[in-house]
This record gives sequence, structure tokens and C-alpha cells, in this order.
Amino acid sequence: MLMWIIIIPACWNIYLSFTDYRGIKPPVWSGLKNWAKLMSDVTFWVSFRNSIWMIIAMVIVPILIGLVLSSLMFDVVQKRFGAKAASTMRAIYYFPQLLPISVAALVMGWIFRPENGALNAVLKAVGLGNLQHDWLGKPDTALIFLMLIMIWIQIGYPLVIFMSGLQRVDPELYEAASLDGANWWQRFLAITLPSIRPEIFVVALTCTIAALKVFGPVYMLTRGGPGTSTIVPSYYSYTQFFQSQQVGYGAAISTALTIVVVIVSIVFTTVQEKTAKEDEE
Amino acid sequence: MAALTKSAQNARIARGHKNRTAGDWAALILLIIGGLVMLFPFIVLLLNAFKTTAQYNSSGPLSLPTHLQFDGLMKFWDRVNYPEKLWNSVWTSGLVAVLAVILSMFNAFALGIGRVKGRRWIVLLIMLANMLPQEAMLYPLYIMFKQIGLYNSPWAIVIIFTVIQSAFGTYLLSSVYGTFPKAILEAATIDGASRWTIFTKIVFPISRPTLSVMLVFFFIWTWNEYMIPMAFLIDNSTQTIPIAVASLSGDRLMDVTTIAAASLISIVPTLVFYLIFQRTLARGITTGAVK
Repeated sequence: MLMWIIIIPACWNIYLSFTDYRGIKPPVWSGLKNWAKLMSDVTFWVSFRNSIWMIIAMVIVPILIGLVLSSLMFDVVQKRFGAKAASTMRAIYYFPQLLPISVAALVMGWIFRPENGALNAVLKAVGLGNLQHDWLGKPDTALIFLMLIMIWIQIGYPLVIFMSGLQRVDPELYEAASLDGANWWQRFLAITLPSIRPEIFVVALTCTIAALKVFGPVYMLTRGGPGTSTIVPSYYSYTQFFQSQQVGYGAAISTALTIVVVIVSIVFTTVQEKTAKEDEE
Repeated sequence: MAALTKSAQNARIARGHKNRTAGDWAALILLIIGGLVMLFPFIVLLLNAFKTTAQYNSSGPLSLPTHLQFDGLMKFWDRVNYPEKLWNSVWTSGLVAVLAVILSMFNAFALGIGRVKGRRWIVLLIMLANMLPQEAMLYPLYIMFKQIGLYNSPWAIVIIFTVIQSAFGTYLLSSVYGTFPKAILEAATIDGASRWTIFTKIVFPISRPTLSVMLVFFFIWTWNEYMIPMAFLIDNSTQTIPIAVASLSGDRLMDVTTIAAASLISIVPTLVFYLIFQRTLARGITTGAVK
């Protein structure tokens, strides 16, 4: 089953990246032509530079915020204000994850749009009308606002996973630590972090993969534009596949992307295995 | 010392909620403010879903609706045949969630607890399903499913996403099972427990919180999938809710209030689903502790 759904398409895609294929006539072997073109393609490199911004917005920031939030909710809210308060909070922060990308993009695109968008309306209402802007339509703000939207979407994911991981932790550990005079931050470093380490690895890896492959929000919010200011590899290969009918070249882009993703995953799991081993010893 | 600790602990638990410091309140207030920011788009949606187009144009997106009207809602409901889309989404996502959780549980049990040699590479191979960009899989899958006659069938979606989601599930669970205290398992084996007993009596209960989170995630992720369902379900009668909503944004005739109403109604099912399972997530707390 796995073979069938995953391995065959993967090999097929690699094969296509060495061909000249327009989607109609059968693919013609063209050797390294697509790959040579790729190396000197400015747009391709821009798309990977934007991937780094996406990793910041979808992995690093959400994990840091998620760690602090989950331990605040677990260690403070749940203990002092009850489990109900904690789970309500968790539901609120998880909320953007419930939205289909199409809906999230629709709503966000509409909040940030230039004419009668909600953000511009707020600015006008508080007398900052001259700050109004076409937030997603101008090169200077498009990327940063796309990143903000991604952070908004992503936060709930690490939060929920971290909180479920914390449930494995013996509450007496926290009690003992606070009796010994450890403050919230010390408990965070000594108990919270080490006990949910497997979850942190899983979230970091899956989010990094998601960030490298990100497509839906870019497709629906900015279409990679204006110009190439928010283009990402996935969207770039999509345009080659389905708009320019350069299937061979699109396959080369997505193969390159897959290679990057695989390397990142290998590095991640190596580190993960190493720390797990050290833990056992 | 032990007795002292015990009594101090009991006193602490007894005092419980009353023992809130200024710092606790500060944390709570901070979390509430953050929560409002998270909900802001939803609030805006709610404000506009029940307005008339005329009112939206005259007083902007932030005014309160003067009276409730359901035009936008009705328009969307009729136009996309909402109940049909709802049913499509519910049964495909539900089936994928259940199948994928079961599949990843067995995978991870075999890999994590069994400590198979080279398990990292097997996990990586399985994770390929998660790593491949979906647009790279689109062409080959399209041709393959066309050949076996499942193109334009929701079953194609069920099969594809069960594989993709269980890849994630296998990775998450085998990471968690890998940290599982060996002592318990060894003790169980000495007591003569079979692998199946170990699985159902020890591993399954302890990983329940993680499993329920996975179930919720898989359901919602599959529900929200966009690219592959869009490419595979060309027939109007097989489409899912997100596709129906997305088709609106390309439609210039649609006014903002209709879009707001459509977005709102399309998230109600996942919201209800999450709120139901929220309780299961919380219940995990008591069953999860390793003693």
C-alpha cells in the first residue's frame, strides 16, 4: 500500500525531472537539462530563501510560543484555575487549526485587503488612517504578513501536542520541585522541557516539512506575488506543472524540494535518536 | 522528611485554588489577551455573516449587524447543496481518522516497543508519505487511480489520506513508545503476558491521550485537505466542504457577507467535533500517568 501510493509516484517524479514533458506528448529523455536550468534559475533560489522565512514562521516561532503557552496552561492555569479553564484556553488557541486553509485564507485575505478590509477599518477607526496599506499586495509587507498568518495558523498544533505530552508527567515531580523552591522558569527547564522532548522533535520535524512544502496559504493568499516576493518551491513547481505545462521542469523543482526535505528529516531523526540514547544511559 | 513532604503536599492540594498569586493572574490575563488575538478573525466573521450587503457597504466590516438576516447563509446552502458536502466530508474524514490511528498504532508498536533494528530507516521510509510534496504526487496518483477506476471517487481520498496520516501517526507514536519504560514491559513478559496482552493492557491505555489527539488531528487535517481532493473530486456531488467554499472566492459575483456566512457554516462541523473530543483529551490526564 505504502509502496503503491508513495514509492511509485516518487520514482515517477524523479524520472520526469530528467525529461522534457509537456503533458500531452509522451516524455522525451533530456538528461540533465532541467537540472542545469534549475541551478541558474533565480526564481528557484528565491523560493528556497522564502522557505527559510516560512520555517521561522511555521516552526521556530510557534514552537517557542507553544512551549511557553503549554507549560503556563499546564503548570499555572490548570492548577490554579482548574482543568476547565485550561481546556477552554487550549480550544481557543487551537481554533485557527480547525479552519480549512481555504476558509482561513479567505478570512485573512479579506481582513488585510485594501478596500474596506477589517485591518484598514480598525486603523481608520483609531485615527491612523494614513497607515492604511495593501498588506498582502505590496512587496514590502506581503511576506511579513504571510508569516504572521502562518504563525496564527500554526500555534495551536504544538500547543495541543505538548499539552498531551505533559499529561504523561507525574504531577508529584512539579510538587516536589516547587517545594524545593523552584520557580516556574526552573520547573520549565528541569521538568517540562526534558519530559516532552519526543513531542518537541516530532513537532519540529513535521512543521519543518510542512513549512518546506507549504502551498495552500500561498496559493490562496498571494499566488507567490507580488512578483516573486512570496513564492515558495511548492507553488513554483505547481505553476510549472499546471500553468506553463512544463511538467519535466516542475518535476525537477519538486524532486529538489523532496531531496531537501529528506535530508532535513534524516538529520532530525539522527539527532533525535542520539538524544534518546543518551537519555537511556 | 518524607512524611513532612507528604503533609505539605496535602496542605497544598487542600488550599488548591485559593493559592493564586499575582503572577498566576498575570499569566491568565496574558493568555486571555492572546486568545482574543487568536479569535479576532472569527469575531470579524461573526459580525459580518448576518449583515446585508448594503449595510456592509455603508458601515464597513466592524459595525454590529442591526438585525439578523440569513440571506448569505441561505444562498450558500442552496447553491452548493450543503448537506451533501457535509456528509461527504464527515464520512471520508471520519473513516480516515479511525483507519489511520489503528494503522499507526500497529506500526508503531511493532517498531517502537519491538525495537526492530534499523527502525529509524523504516520510520523515515514511512515518513516519505509526509515528505513528498503533494503536487509531485498528483500526476502519478491521478493516472494510477484512473486505471483502477477510483478516480472521482471519495474512496481514493480515503486510501490516500489513510496512508499519509498514518505516516505521521507512526512517527509520533514510535517516538513516544521509544521512551516507554522498559522495566514495565520486562516485568509483564516475566509475568507471562503475551505481546497482544502487553499491547491491549499496558501500551494502549498509557498512550490513550496521544491516540485521541491523533484521532482529532487526522479528522481535522483530512477535513481541511485541499489540493488532492480538489484534483480528484471533480464531480460536484463528491466534493467536500472546503472545496465548495474555495470555489466561492473565485466567484466575483459573491458578496463579502455571503463569503463570511459560508466560511462560518463550513467551520461549524469541525468546531462541534473538536468540542466533543475536547472532553476525551482532558480525560487522558487521569489514565495517562505512569506509576
